[in-house]
Amino acid sequence: MNEFLGFLLSGVTVGFIYALVGIGFTVIYNSSGIINFSQGEFVMAGGMSTVFLLKAGLPLGVSFILAIMITSMIGIVLYKLISFSKESSQISLIILTLGFAIFLRGLAEVVFDKELHTMPSFVGDSSFDMFGTTLTYQSILIMIVSIVIVTLLYFFFKKTKTGQAMMAASINVDAARLMGINIKKILMINFALSAAIAAIGGVLLTPITSTNYEVGIMLGLKGFAAAIIGGLSNPFGAVAGGLVLGILESLIAGYISSEYKDAVAFVALLAILFFMPGGIFGNTKAQRV
Amino acid sequence: MLKIEKLCCNYKQIIALSDVSLHINRGEMISLIGANGAGKTTLLRAISGLQNPKSGNIYFENKNITKLESHDVAKLGIAQIPEGRGLFSILSVEENLRLGAYIRDDNEIELDIEKIYSQFPILKEKSKEYAGTLSGGQQQMVAVGRALMSRPKLLLLDEPSMGLAPIIVEEIFEAIKILRDSGTTIFIVEQNAFLALSVTDRAYVLENGRIVMSGNSVELLEDEGVKEAYLGA
Ligand SMILES: Nc1ncnc2c1ncn2[C@@H]1O[C@H](COP(=O)(O)OP(=O)(O)OP(=O)(O)O)[C@@H](O)[C@H]1O
Ligand SMILES: [Mg+2]
Repeated sequence: MNEFLGFLLSGVTVGFIYALVGIGFTVIYNSSGIINFSQGEFVMAGGMSTVFLLKAGLPLGVSFILAIMITSMIGIVLYKLISFSKESSQISLIILTLGFAIFLRGLAEVVFDKELHTMPSFVGDSSFDMFGTTLTYQSILIMIVSIVIVTLLYFFFKKTKTGQAMMAASINVDAARLMGINIKKILMINFALSAAIAAIGGVLLTPITSTNYEVGIMLGLKGFAAAIIGGLSNPFGAVAGGLVLGILESLIAGYISSEYKDAVAFVALLAILFFMPGGIFGNTKAQRV
Repeated sequence: MLKIEKLCCNYKQIIALSDVSLHINRGEMISLIGANGAGKTTLLRAISGLQNPKSGNIYFENKNITKLESHDVAKLGIAQIPEGRGLFSILSVEENLRLGAYIRDDNEIELDIEKIYSQFPILKEKSKEYAGTLSGGQQQMVAVGRALMSRPKLLLLDEPSMGLAPIIVEEIFEAIKILRDSGTTIFIVEQNAFLALSVTDRAYVLENGRIVMSGNSVELLEDEGVKEAYLGA
């Protein structure tokens, strides 16, 4: 069995989840300048909602869709809180997102519970051998869904009027407003979109790692690290950042010790902030006059 | 068409505009001249709804637009080429033009893009390039083209000549004149008073946030005070 390839593939699998969380950080940061520390809780909300809707007897597909909708609504609530807030400095809004994250964790603890939950995989729990290593169908699914999401997102930004308006708003807010773009609407879409993508990540990950009311803390941090590695202002940078982080973690857990796994994100985060504040692809924000 | 009454704008303690009143008739080409920090940009931002005035009123086609949000102002037919152009630097020239037509949903957008390309052929050549990679003059052409894409009734220009070579300025102003001849009302804000007074019908002079003079542009060009303060005579 090819050990290295095995580590690599499982790194890519989690890496894609980090990427989905990281995309949300960049999309919100681009349009509002806010770092949304509730992003991890969106992942938790997606996974936990699906688990409990399933327990309530709903079919998997329906639970999945409902969970994404619920999480998008939570994203919109956060946007509303931010837009109604009298306090408009970026730092206080960032603290608001932190507070909202704590609130969501508390709410999940009350509405759901404190237990660890899992759910059946969408594609069965079986696995198969490929390239001398073992792959589960669930990780294949994660890779495929993530690639599809990223591709759709690319075409959305590039080819649709709303996507272009979102790009415009992230490059120059005032000019976007002069074009007749409703910035508040764009911001709301961004929060809903970020929440939805994170929720999908949460649902995909649950069969592999389980979920509980607290998983958002670590996943939020990993997604943030992915976004920072990618330069914070580029959703596709965050994808690369997520993959780099996932692979590093997996290799370190495999060859050194899984105790150090979570430290990777912290170290990567600090290293990037100290030595390459523009992310590994350089600072794209700086080129945006 | 546009009427501003006793407009006052502040930035916290700083008073940027006090009691500014002016009017622009349909089809006119008007300029506002004033030195650095006089409040010219603030006035245009207030018209476009990018900034909340402290008091006073702005009417467009007899509708009070003082408190409208910027995207609603744009929908009424007021376009602005902002100071420094405000291009979407990491989008292509063509994407910039298309965003200019954001408020439209008719089927003549492609046609208008072709019109812009025939007016500024260089933009057709560079249509797929990032707007931010173009030269200053070409960027100003994109800015003009993008503003025209909304088919505005009133076009506001904030120092269109800034930082451009004279020959480019000429080309840009040629495009503006063509636009005026096609019936668009134009309001140009300029530090370059000679240029602004040479091309416009009437003009206002802004000093420290107040309108201190107004009249026919040709007359202002001859005015001793204006000559001394703005024309370096
Ligand atoms: N964002 C801001 N915060 C605080 N003060 C500002 C701000 N923008 C402008 N001002 C002040 O308001 C006054 C008017 O500025 P404004 O930019 O409208 O002038 P301007 O005539 O456009 O100048 P310029 O020719 O340099 O473009 C100036 O005193 C300026 O310092
Ligand atoms: Mg100015």
